[in-house]
Amino acid sequence: MNGDIVLQLDHVAKVYGEDPPVHALRDVSFSVRRGELAAIVGPSGSGKSTLLHIIGTLDRPTSGVVRIRGVDAAGLSDAELSHLRAGQIGFVFQQFFLAEHATVHENVADGLLYAGVGAAERNRLAHEALDRVGLTDRASFRPSKLSGGQRQRVAIARALVGDPAIVLADEPTGNLDSTTGASIMELIHELNAGGATILMITHDADLAAQLPRQIRVLDGQVVSDVTRAAAS
Amino acid sequence: MSPSSGVRLHWRDGLRIASVGLRARPMRAALSALGIAIGTAAIVGVLGLSASSQAGLLAQIDRLGTNLLTVEGGTRITGGDAHLPREAAARIEHLEQVAQVAHTALLRRDRVYRSRLTPVTNTGGLQVRAASANLLTVLGTGLARGAWLNDGTARVPVAVLGATAARRLGMDRIHAEQRIWVGGRWFHVAGILRPSPLAPDTDVSALVGYPAAREYLGYVDVRDAQLGGAPGSIYVRTERGHEAAVQSLLARTANPRSPSEVAVSQPSDVLTARAAAAGAFDSLFLGLGIVALIVGAVGVANIMIISVLERRSEIGLRRALGAMQRQIRTQFLAESILLAVIGGVVGVLFGILATALYATSKGWAVVIPVEAWLGGIASAILIGAVAGLVPAIRASRLPPTEALRTV
Repeated sequence: MNGDIVLQLDHVAKVYGEDPPVHALRDVSFSVRRGELAAIVGPSGSGKSTLLHIIGTLDRPTSGVVRIRGVDAAGLSDAELSHLRAGQIGFVFQQFFLAEHATVHENVADGLLYAGVGAAERNRLAHEALDRVGLTDRASFRPSKLSGGQRQRVAIARALVGDPAIVLADEPTGNLDSTTGASIMELIHELNAGGATILMITHDADLAAQLPRQIRVLDGQVVSDVTRAAAS
Repeated sequence: MSPSSGVRLHWRDGLRIASVGLRARPMRAALSALGIAIGTAAIVGVLGLSASSQAGLLAQIDRLGTNLLTVEGGTRITGGDAHLPREAAARIEHLEQVAQVAHTALLRRDRVYRSRLTPVTNTGGLQVRAASANLLTVLGTGLARGAWLNDGTARVPVAVLGATAARRLGMDRIHAEQRIWVGGRWFHVAGILRPSPLAPDTDVSALVGYPAAREYLGYVDVRDAQLGGAPGSIYVRTERGHEAAVQSLLARTANPRSPSEVAVSQPSDVLTARAAAAGAFDSLFLGLGIVALIVGAVGVANIMIISVLERRSEIGLRRALGAMQRQIRTQFLAESILLAVIGGVVGVLFGILATALYATSKGWAVVIPVEAWLGGIASAILIGAVAGLVPAIRASRLPPTEALRTV
């Protein structure tokens, strides 16, 4: 049963500064199982970005424990944390962060650059990931030739390429119009149905309502954690 | 998961990542590499040119031979110029290991003029010398135009001009009407010599035969009016390898009564010294090259710092993709070194090109010292590393959360 938990937070707190201390997170505890699709939702300033950084091991909590697949991130060195990110965590950002001088295919393959995967294998997996987001025919394009929705698909493919334990999507539809955003949400649902564990961070309650589980954050605290019984 | 201490990138991936910034902004990269290129080109050019000119001089020395000795009148103990005895040349010829002896005598009273209307004071610094028939063979001097003196022309008013003398008189070809005004009469010009590095005196001289000198210019020995004059300079070709032995005997042989009044020299020494001086680097240009390198290094450091600021989100993304701190550090350090090395290689190529063009135009062998091009590239690597170190450390220490924050 425990093996199914890919992410676990125990009494995580984050305090910035000292005079006066800013409590960005207080006593946050929840866990995410394999195959889940959950939203962390809250208004801006609620601490959800800090939470994303801590879950993504880009930042360390002031106290509490973060476990990725049962491994306590607090005990890891920079090199070990980097290796953990390379293998277990996929990131999707609101601003896409694609390399403009590289092709779509190279952008996706570079998702595995630091994971110790050989070039041939990277290319094969990138091809597969592009297939999953429906962009095989754009593989040789530069990102600048793509629409916003297509760019975000490339970024999602890059996050998925290494088949990570969890994908963290930070406002993935934030820079897109509503129609394109809806298609991205559709893709996220599809990928989840295909087995991917996805944690989406958003300020948009309506968007969060589309997902099976919603973790509401306010003032650095989890105020509710609701899982719908049956998917729509 | 594996408690890995980090995954190493394949060198090909590493090179690709290191060149990301250069490919994204090629113009900027080219301009910042330019400073390094100019510095390296200057250093390689200076070293290459001095080595090539040295090689040119050494080749010249080799061609002229180092076995030529010059015997001239020295200084009297009582002061004043000493003269060689009239029979000095003949005595030297009898020495063993002496191959050939030639001699010239300066005619002190006579000057060379372009025409009889030239004011007497316009001597152009030119001199008149009587020369033995074998002078050119012994000195290894070539003829640029016309002919050297022969038994016939040595007896009539005919002169051969040294290279400098011909230039100063404005004569660059030989024809029947080519004449100079010497000692109150016209002398036909039979030929023009090439420069004579071992006997610079002949360059500024009009050379006439001894019989002509006696006949038309009143050349007589100061001591004996009947016998004709004593030579001023005696040029001795020794057998190879016996220069020192002959040199030690020359003064005593030339003037047994007062050997101390004879000056013996080895003119190739001057060329050898000049070659050694040519090998010494032109410190001014070398200094300029080093200054250009330093300025180039500052430029590279500046560009790298700007690059790190601009590429925060790339750094954040790479960290999110699993790049370790030291991989970020290596990336920017490698980019800086790559930038400097591109500049260094371009500079070395331009330095070599400049050296080759100049040396070829001078007829020297093209010599690029290994330390010049190797040092150029090595210093570029060093500059890249030094200039990139601080920006690279800053990039690696940038917290990922800050790098990913968008303003």
